[in-house]
Amino acid sequence: MNLQIALLLSQDGITNGAIYALLALALVLLFAVTRVIYIPQGEFVSMGALTLASFQAGRTPGTLWLLIGAGIAVAIVDGVAAWRRAREGAAHASVAAIVGWNLAYPALAALVLHAFDPARLALPLQVALALVLIVPLGPMIYRLAFQPIAHASVLVLLIVAVAVHLALVGLGLLFFGAEGTRTPSFSDARFELGPIGVNGQTLWVIGASIALIAVLYLFFERTLYGKALRATAINRAGARLMGISTVLAGKLSFALAALIGGLSGVLVAPITTIYYDTGFLFGLKGFVAAIVGGLASYPLAAAGALLVGLLESFSSFWASAYKEVIVFTVIIPVLLWRSLTSRATGDEE
Amino acid sequence: MTAPAIETRSARARPLPLRAAVLAVFVALLALAPLVLADFHVTLLDYIGLYALVALGLVLLTGVAGLTSFGQAAFVGIGAYASAWLTTTASPPAWLAWAAGSPWAGLALGLALTLAVAWMLGALTLRLSGHYLPLGTIAWGVSLYFLFGNLQVLGGHTGITGIPALEVFGVQLRDARGFYYLIWAILLAAIWITSNLLDSREGRAIRAMKGGATMAESMGIDTARAKIVAFLIAALFAALSGWMYAHMQRFVNPTPFSLGFGIEYLFMAVIGGASHVWGAVVGAGVITILKQWLQDLLPALLGQTGNFEVIVFGMLMVLVLHRAPDGLWPIVARLFAPRTRAAAREAPQGEPLPRRALPARGTALLEVRDLTKRYGGLVANHRVALEVRAGEVLALIGPNGAGKSTLFDCLSGVIAPTEGEVRFLGRRTEAMRARRIARLGMSRTFQHVRLLPAMSVLENVAIGAHLRGTRGVVAALLHAERDEERRLLVEAARQIERVGLGERMFEAAGSLALGQQRLVEIARALAADPCLLLLDEPAAGLRYREKQALAELLGRLRADGMGVLLVEHDMEFVMGLADRVVVMEFGEKIAEGLPEQVQNDPAVLEAYLGGID
Repeated sequence: MNLQIALLLSQDGITNGAIYALLALALVLLFAVTRVIYIPQGEFVSMGALTLASFQAGRTPGTLWLLIGAGIAVAIVDGVAAWRRAREGAAHASVAAIVGWNLAYPALAALVLHAFDPARLALPLQVALALVLIVPLGPMIYRLAFQPIAHASVLVLLIVAVAVHLALVGLGLLFFGAEGTRTPSFSDARFELGPIGVNGQTLWVIGASIALIAVLYLFFERTLYGKALRATAINRAGARLMGISTVLAGKLSFALAALIGGLSGVLVAPITTIYYDTGFLFGLKGFVAAIVGGLASYPLAAAGALLVGLLESFSSFWASAYKEVIVFTVIIPVLLWRSLTSRATGDEE
Repeated sequence: MTAPAIETRSARARPLPLRAAVLAVFVALLALAPLVLADFHVTLLDYIGLYALVALGLVLLTGVAGLTSFGQAAFVGIGAYASAWLTTTASPPAWLAWAAGSPWAGLALGLALTLAVAWMLGALTLRLSGHYLPLGTIAWGVSLYFLFGNLQVLGGHTGITGIPALEVFGVQLRDARGFYYLIWAILLAAIWITSNLLDSREGRAIRAMKGGATMAESMGIDTARAKIVAFLIAALFAALSGWMYAHMQRFVNPTPFSLGFGIEYLFMAVIGGASHVWGAVVGAGVITILKQWLQDLLPALLGQTGNFEVIVFGMLMVLVLHRAPDGLWPIVARLFAPRTRAAAREAPQGEPLPRRALPARGTALLEVRDLTKRYGGLVANHRVALEVRAGEVLALIGPNGAGKSTLFDCLSGVIAPTEGEVRFLGRRTEAMRARRIARLGMSRTFQHVRLLPAMSVLENVAIGAHLRGTRGVVAALLHAERDEERRLLVEAARQIERVGLGERMFEAAGSLALGQQRLVEIARALAADPCLLLLDEPAAGLRYREKQALAELLGRLRADGMGVLLVEHDMEFVMGLADRVVVMEFGEKIAEGLPEQVQNDPAVLEAYLGGID
């Protein structure tokens, strides 16, 4: 291996690492706020990439059907809950809110897709439209799968997350088919940086990741909703006593996770061929990174993500067949280190 | 999982003709099935049996021990590949050449390899609490799958073909029909030994972990060992299933050992009912049949080919965890054997266990000097000193937050003090773990009751007697330890009678009132045959008469020469019972003396009633 190859591998590693970092941040956020270890985070990545690809190919993206279906399911569940509460004379969600978010919004999205041919729109608008379809799926999934058992143990929530992963992968196959797609690069620019060429997409990925991290930082530090999420993460009961609804916090963090996942998918689509189930391995690598940070520390998780990205690209050079084996085996020393630095016989809640 | 509604056969006095009859009918139907069913259905039953064996391991691991694994398929793979490789390889290594070609050597190799890999993975990941373990299992599940697919010696993604058929007692098992009896005989045997284990001292140790590692360790249970035992048994069941699978299919490739199948195994256990051995069979049956049916139905319905059954499985799983987290088995069980609470069961009878020789009355049991416990900047205990002697009741009182429970945890080894010295029976114990201190003869109760609510009072108390038995896992699996088990239960029953709960011995501990649950904790502590008893608020929640009875019991224990250290807020109870009283406030000892001295101590009055200024 010479310097040039090393630099090229590093470039690859950092690019993928940036994506893993975004996913790891989403996973840490979800775990902190809702205690859900959200295995299907990667499915948002696949959806983002495949939705964009569908737009560009002039097809109706399967995400739209998913959104409509999930919306109907949430409307039914919420409607029944509101009806029960109304019968008891308790405060309940208004019909307008239920219908508006879960039925009218998907219908509106369908109309927009029908009215403007997304294939002709500019790339930023295509990306925005893709996110319009994906982001509401986050809160809907939370409503259907996790909200009814929000107080269950972490393990039960994890098993439900795995079940959601299975269902989403199956739906992904149904709506997007088995073929993989790769979208054109955001820019064809190439830069010479010393001995190697850096392509535009790499800069896009790294730049967008940094920008997103900065925006998230501002959101958590400066906005009321961001502070509410942080409060919930630190002390759920205390936050509730301060009037921060657990349900709202859960939905908000799932919306953020869907946003981060969808955006990661859009960014990564020009680099890798994405299949309906590709996201899963992305998400798992985000997990390896998040676990480096103990599922609690954002900076450590980001550092872990870079480590995973680099490890992956270098092992694909040296032992490409064992790339995945190496990446996922690395978690074991990490877990060991975690276990040695935390007291073993502590009781969990 | 919630509510571990483990039912074991420990209720030996309960005659269960109905249950035995149902089991007999079930086994008879199984035996007759291949004679009447078509090949297709026999094959389906074979697969149900193979999957149920893996799911059974998960019942023990996840449902009972509370350790979730998504990686069992990888162990199935090790069992399958080990035998597939050994029976087909043209160039075995020299040291294995004698065994090449033999499926039985393949089985031994597979089990040994599984044991080694599982032991290594377990040693690395089982120390982890809660959610790290399942994440770890996902990681090595993925890892081993890719390893199977990329090792050229294992045929890469194409796999290995030409695996020989099995020969059992001279009979060649050539097809699914031939394998049927082998699979189900092994499965039934596995169910039998698993139920045996659960109904034993070692099994209680595994079950106790759901009550929290702190409680289990304080009762002398080596939780790390209990975890690894459950993990190894589950892995071995998986490997055994893989071995039969390889020789039945006659070829293997990596697909059935992927993470996806690992997830499916866990779903089988959870949907069937992860807390019951038969849940594994129900779950494997439901999922396998459903999968078969959906794989025909969905592609036709949707006009596409693909594994769409996962959509239904995923949603079904979410629904089951929302609506019936205990799975289907409890529902099935109610159908066949409606719960009739056999009220009059006899308490176990037999020879009592040998007792520990108590130190002479008046000898110092516990000596604490300058004990300090800091949590960062917070000082929970500051230079506390006290002494408990054999044959006395020392009460530790003080306002809430005075650091009494922290002190208890330091003394019993649940947490380590930051500084200071603790001597128990003359030995330094401040650095010892709870388990070792328990072995020396200290036993305790908890301020927040730590019982296993679904287990009977008798079994809960028997956990306390853990250290008084010696027979190991193998004896438990075969129920070769029945003598010792009976004596442990006799001891548990004796202690339950002693705290006045003899009537409720066979009821679920969770059904008792809180005050009675505290008494169960005392009985559990007594079952350890301690010379020093640490009681954290034993009288809280008791009614007047119960308090009197408790005071009498503690008085008798004192008369026998036991030392008792007691945290209690009920002053009447304390002052009537204690020989000496230590008062704490803000982590420090502010007074010590006879009850009447302490009651008139100005510092104590100020601590409880506030200053006058």
